[in-house]
Amino acid sequence: MAFGMIRAQKLKSFFSLIGAFIGVTFLIGVVTIVNGMDRYMKDDFAGKLFGINTFTLRFRPFVNVGQEPSREQRREWNRRPRLKIADYEFLASQLDPSYLVGVESMNQVEAAVGTKRSRSIEARGVTESYFRIRKIDIAEGRVFAQPEVEHGSNVVVIGSEVADKFFKGVDPVGRTIRVADFPYRIIGVAASQGKVFGQSLDKFVIAPYTSQIKRVVNPHNVVDGIIVKAQDIAGMNAARADVESLMRARRHLKPSQPDNFHFETSDDVLSFWANISRILYTVLPALVGISLVVGGIVIMNIMLMAVSERTREIGIRKSLGARRRDILRQFLVEATALSTFGAALGIVAGIALAYLIKATTPMPATVSLGWIVVAVFLGVGVGVISGVYPASRASRLDPVAALRFE
Amino acid sequence: MNENHVLIRTVGLTREYTMGVEVVRALRGVDLEIRRNEYVAIMGPSGSGKSTFMNLIGCLDTPTGGQYWLNGNEVSKMSDDELARIRNREIGFVFQTFNLLPRATSAHNVELPLIYAGVGTKERRDRAAAALESVGLGDRMLHKPSELSGGQRQRVAIARALVTEPSIILADEPTGNLDSQTSEEIMKVFADLNDRAGQTIVMVTHEHDIAAHAKRVVTLHDGVISSDRAQAA
Repeated sequence: MAFGMIRAQKLKSFFSLIGAFIGVTFLIGVVTIVNGMDRYMKDDFAGKLFGINTFTLRFRPFVNVGQEPSREQRREWNRRPRLKIADYEFLASQLDPSYLVGVESMNQVEAAVGTKRSRSIEARGVTESYFRIRKIDIAEGRVFAQPEVEHGSNVVVIGSEVADKFFKGVDPVGRTIRVADFPYRIIGVAASQGKVFGQSLDKFVIAPYTSQIKRVVNPHNVVDGIIVKAQDIAGMNAARADVESLMRARRHLKPSQPDNFHFETSDDVLSFWANISRILYTVLPALVGISLVVGGIVIMNIMLMAVSERTREIGIRKSLGARRRDILRQFLVEATALSTFGAALGIVAGIALAYLIKATTPMPATVSLGWIVVAVFLGVGVGVISGVYPASRASRLDPVAALRFE
Repeated sequence: MNENHVLIRTVGLTREYTMGVEVVRALRGVDLEIRRNEYVAIMGPSGSGKSTFMNLIGCLDTPTGGQYWLNGNEVSKMSDDELARIRNREIGFVFQTFNLLPRATSAHNVELPLIYAGVGTKERRDRAAAALESVGLGDRMLHKPSELSGGQRQRVAIARALVTEPSIILADEPTGNLDSQTSEEIMKVFADLNDRAGQTIVMVTHEHDIAAHAKRVVTLHDGVISSDRAQAA
């Protein structure tokens, strides 16, 4: 009965459907994106950039997440001593051998092969353990080994994008690449690391930190970071505590003095993201709420219009024995059917929207079943709630007046 | 339930409307008894209160004063839902403007009161088909009102009124929108119903030649009964 009416009043049905549709589309679209970001931050971003169960000892924070540092903070950071190769050697000799320890220094430099050049290549000077710590797999050739690090051999492992750029169609292994005007022999090509927010992770050349690369990445004997990877979180925390006490002792810090070095972990970024997503999830219900309220008002108005247009029909039904609750039910079923259909379309459109955004921008998207359920309930709930008033108006119509209505 | 069972009994029935500050007394005390198998025409000029009276005995409206018993139940004290139930079980309406649902088929229109009576789908179909058959529209079941002539539409409305096997058929100017030939056809349907099935019929009309088909004519004037006489049909 209700569906017949819905089919008959296509335009009006369409508009009341829109009411639920917009809210649900919006909710699903945003949630899918936020969810995707969440998944992405936890699974890919943190893992790729920072490594799992890994921390990096730096003289000061390298990536700034969250608040902008104060001027005093900045000044204090600048007074700090830099980390030296000697610090690395000291820590590597003192720490439990189950930990992987390495160094990492980097700089943006120009690289060239023949007449082709590229400015924005990231040159890294590292220890041989770096590849295992950062989980950089080799697609062709090999990584460098300890003897090459000890001898300061000028060999490099290049990122897949560097390989594509300079060696289209030829095997780069064994060839020469000039990094900051110094030649290196390519011994390996890394497997692609993919992208983070649209930024390629494959535009690098990695050389032993003892090679000529040391001239371009950092002042003499200085390293950007000392990286320690443990088997698990507990190991990482233990290693971190060890490094802290070793460094404090080495730098003769009094108990009252704070650390003059910094630990960087994926937690920093993840907690920053957790803040953002918490804000998003607080603001989101309000925004969705507004769109659903607007949708509800649209549905209510259209239902009121439908009730007044169908006054005579209501009169006829009442004369044939329809009780209040029969009329109420009829209108509520209509409102529910429309909003359910609207919500269903909204879910499809929301997911489509999210994936469209995913396809056209670096934003990720992940569909969440839980939120789909929430959206359905919200959409249908809005339909029912905004249908109640018009339906009860309809059910209370006086049959005599309703039958006389033209 | 014998032949002379009183179906409708009103005692001092009044109905007043408040129009702004003015009180309109549409019915000023109507005493009337209608028995089973009667065929009664209620006549009167416009403003005589016949429509108000018809709404009251049709349980679409409740009286301001007086009592009304329908088939032994006192209707004047009933709640909305009880009135709806009485309309569904006891009364079959036939209106001047047919009052069919325009988008529904004949069969569906006839089924409608059975839906509200809680009758199952299968039985509903069968009874609707039988009712349409009985008014000679067995071949028009799936037509919509717009695809039917005026006379056919009114016959669908009669089938709808009959399908619940009500105590009385209440017809409000049933021929008001029909030409004279079609009106005669509808009157024949009513006469058949009354003669053969013993269906009680109360018909409101202002046309004398239509009222002439009834076996008793009650005339209202200024909200009271001015004459009540039997006649040969």
